[in-house]
Amino acid sequence: MKKLNGLKLNHRKNTENSATVDLPVPKHVKIPMSMHMGAPCQPLVKVGDTVCVGQKIGEAEAAFSVPVHSGVSGKVTAVTDYQTAVGSVCKAVEIDCDGEQTISDEVKPPVITDKESFLKAVRESGACGHGGAGFPTYIKLNPKTPVDTIIINAAECEPYITADYREMIESPEDVINGIKYIKDILGIKNAKLAIENNKPLAIKNFTEMAANDDTIDIVTLPSSYPQGAEKVIIYNSTGRIVKEGELPSDTGVIVINVSTLAFLYRYVKTGMPLTEKRLTVDGNAVGEPKNVRAIIGTSFREILEFCKTDIDAVKKLIGGGPMMGMSIPDLDMPVVKTSNAVLAIKTYDERKTSNCIRCGRCVNVCPLGLMPAEIDRAYKIKDIESLKALKVMLCMNCGSCTYVCPANRKLAETNQLAKALIPRK
Amino acid sequence: MNRLIVSPSPHDENYTKTSTIMLNVIIALLPALAAGCYYFGLRVLLVTAVCVISCVVFEFLCRKMMKRENTIGDLSAVVTGVILAMNLPVTLPLWIAVIGSFVAIVIVKQLFGGIGQNFANPAITARIVLMVSFPSAMTNWVAPFWYKTADAVSCATPLGLSGTTNEYRVLDLFLGNCGGCLGETCALALLIGGLYLAARKIISLAAPLSFIGVLFLLSLFYYDSFDYALYEILAGGVFLGAFFMATDYATTPISRKGKIVFGIGCGIITFVIRQFGSYPEGVSFSILIMNVLTPYIEQLTRTKVLGAKEAEKNEG
Repeated sequence: MKKLNGLKLNHRKNTENSATVDLPVPKHVKIPMSMHMGAPCQPLVKVGDTVCVGQKIGEAEAAFSVPVHSGVSGKVTAVTDYQTAVGSVCKAVEIDCDGEQTISDEVKPPVITDKESFLKAVRESGACGHGGAGFPTYIKLNPKTPVDTIIINAAECEPYITADYREMIESPEDVINGIKYIKDILGIKNAKLAIENNKPLAIKNFTEMAANDDTIDIVTLPSSYPQGAEKVIIYNSTGRIVKEGELPSDTGVIVINVSTLAFLYRYVKTGMPLTEKRLTVDGNAVGEPKNVRAIIGTSFREILEFCKTDIDAVKKLIGGGPMMGMSIPDLDMPVVKTSNAVLAIKTYDERKTSNCIRCGRCVNVCPLGLMPAEIDRAYKIKDIESLKALKVMLCMNCGSCTYVCPANRKLAETNQLAKALIPRK
Repeated sequence: MNRLIVSPSPHDENYTKTSTIMLNVIIALLPALAAGCYYFGLRVLLVTAVCVISCVVFEFLCRKMMKRENTIGDLSAVVTGVILAMNLPVTLPLWIAVIGSFVAIVIVKQLFGGIGQNFANPAITARIVLMVSFPSAMTNWVAPFWYKTADAVSCATPLGLSGTTNEYRVLDLFLGNCGGCLGETCALALLIGGLYLAARKIISLAAPLSFIGVLFLLSLFYYDSFDYALYEILAGGVFLGAFFMATDYATTPISRKGKIVFGIGCGIITFVIRQFGSYPEGVSFSILIMNVLTPYIEQLTRTKVLGAKEAEKNEG
């Protein structure tokens, strides 16, 4: 099996030993109706309504979406237009919290008898991928083709982030029981829990826990970025290749993030939907880097203050890891379902971009074997035929090429721009 | 309110810059330059200094006249200057060296758009232009340690002697104790520099190894003598060309397969010119010819993309 290219990054997992701390309930939350890919929800509440923890406050009719729930009890003060970090506009529900955290009577364990009722419950839980991209989980768990293997993605290959690691250390039972549960209910034969080798404690724990179950395989992966990318983790843990234009399930695999899985297991037991997230708070502006559990809708400013951040010095705020995370334009933006880390950076030196020197570093790191330098050249002259032949559509924007470029060319960005040139069929 | 910087991912970068790479190449050239000084005297430094300074000045003026951003900070002009100097005989009049710098920087590099855009290796092309324009000055070889004697002793290069009885010993060639361009004679020093660059992951050894390997094998079959084959790869500019010019980023293929094809091509052409051409040395021409072929090699040696399907055939 050919080894895929990858990057050795400085892990900076400063928070790996910091147990998750509950962030105090904020005074005010702002819950966007669109927090991941898929159709935005429409608010189910209006100004003046009283809401409780776990109450559904947004729902979409579209299939490719999941409902939104409140993580606080209190009174709705506004339903506003809100621009998300990706720039799209949706509604957002603002709630003044009463601090009581009264739990809604909607919250009760779902009745699950078979695959259909399970998938319905998964949709109702509001779950989307915890890893960052935020694909609606119930769609992922309902593939059109038969699946024989489920990969639980615990690679966590981005620097800084330890949220998945803390999930595995703090709730190993939820993870292992979740694996057993999901295998049974979906009728999948094998499960592979894939962990990067920089988390030896998790690997040891789960190897012991799964010792007497030969359908659960603990896969140790080398620490190499982007190990957790779907195609990469499938290839490295099963040897299967997801072909151009196909889904993982076409090769008989589905991949689910370890925290998403643990959440689902807890939801099945308690019925508490997705209203809070574990976030790694780090970056050189943060005084006390740690893992916090924050209610969805809490502003990043509040989290940063809680972690003793020098707020005035923050120059850049990143939601997610430094490689694929998204720039957050405003400190007052809220935590969303896809948040797994927030990095506050106080140093930023804009380096000039210069000519490509054709050193080939980008080609040598691309996990998929793309040639970003050539794509860059073809993009400049808008050579669509070459862009197609260079397979730019397969780029997953892992950013490795930009990372290594000595001329500081924004190659990953160019790839995304180049994709837009290719007409869709 | 904080004004936050918003930019596309990734937000992290590694700190290898173009100038870091060029600085490493300069460091890698130092052993060969030192060997040159040892064998041919301090005029080596004078020629090198003239080449470097004129290259940098030409680059500066050229960018200025073209109203482009100044690029002398990336140190690539310095690298060109040093490599050009290493391709010249130590006795070369300095004004000819300046012409070489002009050809390398202005004609070959800047007129095509500056760093990374040139299709031919600047130093190689300059050497060829000088060789064609000033053949006697460019082949005025002196014996090693000539500076210690009263009169400069002219001397033939190993390749000029090749096939006669008056040959150098292989060990002398390896250590550089022979006539030739000021930086090309000491294979040992060039090897050290090349391995340093490979260890720092700045160059890949694919092209140098296939270049030297093919030349060695062809010579071995042709002469049916191990010693002659060794002689062929150690004599002339093979090591300088293979490690420092066949690995030039801008003018050689990017993919590993492409680099191997490039090296094999250089080896074959060098062998053919040496054995059947009218020039005793073929390294420069072989690299230049392969430079021209590079875009085609590149197209035929694209990397394989994981999961890519073959392009659908266009109808009609």
